[in-house]
Amino acid sequence: MHELAITQSILEIALRHADGAGRITQLNLVIGDLSSIVDDSVQFYWDVVSRGTIAEGSQLHFERIKTRFHCRDCQTDFEPDGRAFECPQCGGSRVSLVAGREFQLESIEVE
Amino acid sequence: MTRTVPVVEQILSANDRIALQNRSEFDAAGLFAINLMASPGAGKTSLIMETVKALKDEFRLAAVDGDVATSIDSDKVAALGVPAVQINTGGACHLDAAMLQAALPELSLPELDLLVVENVGNLICPTGFRLGVHRSVLIASVPEGDDKPYKYPGMYQGVDAMLLNKMDVLSAFDFDMDYFRRGVEILNPGLTFFAVSCKTGEGLDAWLNWVRAEVAAFKGAAAGYEIR
Repeated sequence: MHELAITQSILEIALRHADGAGRITQLNLVIGDLSSIVDDSVQFYWDVVSRGTIAEGSQLHFERIKTRFHCRDCQTDFEPDGRAFECPQCGGSRVSLVAGREFQLESIEVE
Repeated sequence: MTRTVPVVEQILSANDRIALQNRSEFDAAGLFAINLMASPGAGKTSLIMETVKALKDEFRLAAVDGDVATSIDSDKVAALGVPAVQINTGGACHLDAAMLQAALPELSLPELDLLVVENVGNLICPTGFRLGVHRSVLIASVPEGDDKPYKYPGMYQGVDAMLLNKMDVLSAFDFDMDYFRRGVEILNPGLTFFAVSCKTGEGLDAWLNWVRAEVAAFKGAAAGYEIR
């Protein structure tokens, strides 16, 4: 449960980029499924930590990125089923993780 | 009038900046630092104790132990006669760079060769928070089961070496070593791997030799380490 610390980081970054705006209305986050973050929990803390700032009342928008592997033998991209990592197409094990670890604030909407 | 301001900043960038400061302190002191991660009960403290016993006459060692509460772990290590600092995270599920930074003034870094940081027992959260160390090491253990690489891929990906502890009880568990090693190999190809038992001492020589070689390499040319 480290969503509170995460939320404080998000606020710090957003305020730094607010660029003289009067209000931040939305924050667009890109979160990979491997980033062990619970959306609802972040939103809950967000409402608390953003109070009294120009981000008060703003919405967090989460773009979730599924964990995805790429097979270097047959070039297939696939989402692992959680029980094995081998390529479902050719059974090969020369695979690389290409998505799922994203964890960034992509943009903010201000007015 | 609403407008969109591009940001594209890693959410943990503040933590990463402090990790970088920790790294600078370690490098300035000529101190090699390892972050040890595992689930609760895998054998982090046991491994630290075996490592301290074996190497304390070769290297000037210290340990930092992160736990939600109590100083049980650091007391055990301190009893072996090396400096040990306890960080109580007060409920936090991981160590972060700021917590480690706050603990460092309790140690005289230039008088140390090797610092082992014992993270909070957890296979999820610690992977997200860089501490500034040179190497990250994972201890898994046989009773946890052979499916852990598949369930916690983030942990198995982000380490430089791993140990599989409690090999002495392997025959009592349905642990499919091939399945386990296949998952590890896919997530972290060529990962340095030690099968050990902290209880019987099986396999520990290879681990200790790895630590010796890592410290020697660091002392030889302190460059090119990722911020872990």
